[in-house]
Amino acid sequence: MAKIVQKKKLVPNIYLLEVEAPEVAKKARPGQFVILMPDEFGERIPLTIADWDIKRGTVTSVFMVVGTSTAKLAGVRPGDELPVYVGPLGRPSEIDYFGTVLCAGGCFGLGAIFPLARAYKQAGNRVVTFLDVRARYLLYWEEKLRAVSDEVHIISRDDQNLPQEYISWRLKNLLEQGRQVDRVHVVGCTYLMSSCAEATRPYKIKTIVSLNPIMLDGTGMCGACRVSVGEATRFACVDGPDFDGHLVDWNELYARRKAYLEEETHSLCHWQARVYEEEAI
Amino acid sequence: MAEKDELSAEVKERLKTEYQKPWRQELRRTLSVKERSKIPRQKMPERPAEERIKDFGEVNLGLETEAAQMEAKRCLDCANPACVKGCPVSIDIPSFVKLIEIGEFVLAARKIKETNSLPAICGRVCPQEIQCEALCNLKKATGVPVAIGNLERFVADFERKNGEIFIPSIPAPSGKKVAVIGAGPAGLTVAGELAKKGHQVTVFEALHLAGGVLVYGIPEFRLPKSILKAEVDYLKRLGVEIKLNFVVGKTATLEDLRAEGYEAFFIGTGAGLPNFMKIPGENLIGIYSANEYLTRVNLMRAYDFPRYDTPVLKGERVAVIGGGNVAMDSVRTAKRLGAKRAMIIYRRSRHEMPAREEEIKHAEEEGIEFHFLTVPVRYIGDEHGRVKAMECQRMELGEPDASGRRRPIPVPGSEFTVEVDLVVVAIGQSPNPLIPQTTAGLKVGKWGNIEVDWSTMATNIEGVYAGGDIVRGGATVILAMGDGRLAAASIDEYLKRK
Repeated sequence: MAKIVQKKKLVPNIYLLEVEAPEVAKKARPGQFVILMPDEFGERIPLTIADWDIKRGTVTSVFMVVGTSTAKLAGVRPGDELPVYVGPLGRPSEIDYFGTVLCAGGCFGLGAIFPLARAYKQAGNRVVTFLDVRARYLLYWEEKLRAVSDEVHIISRDDQNLPQEYISWRLKNLLEQGRQVDRVHVVGCTYLMSSCAEATRPYKIKTIVSLNPIMLDGTGMCGACRVSVGEATRFACVDGPDFDGHLVDWNELYARRKAYLEEETHSLCHWQARVYEEEAI
Repeated sequence: MAEKDELSAEVKERLKTEYQKPWRQELRRTLSVKERSKIPRQKMPERPAEERIKDFGEVNLGLETEAAQMEAKRCLDCANPACVKGCPVSIDIPSFVKLIEIGEFVLAARKIKETNSLPAICGRVCPQEIQCEALCNLKKATGVPVAIGNLERFVADFERKNGEIFIPSIPAPSGKKVAVIGAGPAGLTVAGELAKKGHQVTVFEALHLAGGVLVYGIPEFRLPKSILKAEVDYLKRLGVEIKLNFVVGKTATLEDLRAEGYEAFFIGTGAGLPNFMKIPGENLIGIYSANEYLTRVNLMRAYDFPRYDTPVLKGERVAVIGGGNVAMDSVRTAKRLGAKRAMIIYRRSRHEMPAREEEIKHAEEEGIEFHFLTVPVRYIGDEHGRVKAMECQRMELGEPDASGRRRPIPVPGSEFTVEVDLVVVAIGQSPNPLIPQTTAGLKVGKWGNIEVDWSTMATNIEGVYAGGDIVRGGATVILAMGDGRLAAASIDEYLKRK
């Protein structure tokens, strides 16, 4: 059992979750994740570690509400306990001095990119951070990210009359202008990661993506999270979650992430109906 | 065959002492060998196939008391009981069977527990037909061995149902801390044995329930979770602490635990790495490893979706690749989840199938299709990346290979296509690499298995022992328990020496 210390709505549909997990906090490294179950009927879902505090003995994640598990999680209160909270899982990101590192994050990835930007900065890199939000009001942790970045660029699509810009376009522009970038690290939705990988491909800039396929145990036991990388099948939970974005078979990942679309919809409807029934009584 | 060359002197002595007890001598005289041999083997009552494929309830119902006592009478109480040689944990089989014959069921259970702490489980999942029952002298005489497995199950169930679980007296605490990594059959056995010696045992388990393959792999219809829970509760009553949601190698390394005061370690992390065939299309949606399929259904209870949130894809035409127990569990699970066609695709013939005889029989009764001498060569997907067909090739059997089974050889030009919408790959597992990867200097073999001294189960690192599938690759529950018993004895010796 892991106790919830804090749950906070950062922006609409995106929440921060701080959990008491001193053993996880002690071992956490940038790029790793935890697996949790919101309640005893729940799924085991992976959440990237967005921050940790060894003294407080807590681990923080940022998540977006998309299905039953995250909807349940959005409803927890401080003091509640999660039946499963296990980690840190996955291999830590490779942190070293590369020169200029571009960190790109979108939706929950604004939080998840934070420990990476901080670590790259501490390793002496020039850190350029790109934050992708649909609209300005969905931006969070800006100050936190500015504190660990040399430059922060915010890419938003507030004005529907302007051409709609995404990180990958800005990235492409930047590279076309001849800007030196030595490494790119992207955390966010599959589209954000694949489009950034395409933008850097012609320039052969190493682009690390933090993949988020469906997982079950998170310890390499089941193979639910398998992804094709280059010629090989890899398990994101133990061989990743970081992979070379230029080698990932994105189409396969898109398809596999949608494997349970029908079931997920059914599950969410079922759960919401139950919640409304309970509230009616 | 699991026959050991010879029983140890200690086991022989134990068997002889029991054999010579007056009550046993007297009992032997009540019926002649000829009369005993004439009693037919008592049938295990089971739920009818058409009923049981609709749910996940247990298939076997267990022997009734009279049937169990009748079955026990069939045992000839041999002076030289060959059956014991077939048992990886050397249970005193004649003693417990004869205790059943005289109606002392609780004593019979305790007799088994002297050497096997999980009899309700072994009685259900051991491949008795290639172990104890294969060597039964009655089998040599009549062709039909004593139903030792069914009797083991009977007494364990009797003890549990009657609330007479015996908690042995535990010696004064030794003050020694032991870390057991993995709460599967090997780890649970080690934990029980060492707790009984007075050591302070903590079991670290990555998943949220204890049991390892017993909880995520073996389905409810073969091993009800309530039975496993009772066995785990028994260990807790012995003083064993179980730390769930703790991945040794990640949450803490073995060396971190050593720094926390643990003096001895047992690694029983199992064969938690599923093998795939590496053929085209294997990552299509609808192709599961058996581990994933069974974990979704058993551990996460996807059969009760949407009450439980974890889904599992339900196929109408399901192909399970493989011929072992895991394949049987998977295909029978698919049937219960509503598959119209549930097929076993196995590259050898029925004779070479490694599954327990009873599982094959149950599968046949349940309408499972068996396609022998067949192997998939590629999977074909639809426009959404979901599997829709499987190309197979016929095989023929050649010369025996290293396993002693005849090697399957592809027949050129024999390719054909089968429509499928769900595939479960059950071709075995490899040892889980987490501990070897995070424990500096630990010696592993070429398959990633931890290397041990087989006489003690010690690894090359002082105070670190290992057993079960992490050492053997994919084996059986009882061999894991056998390793656990041996390792526990060695760890106890080690701690005393220390």
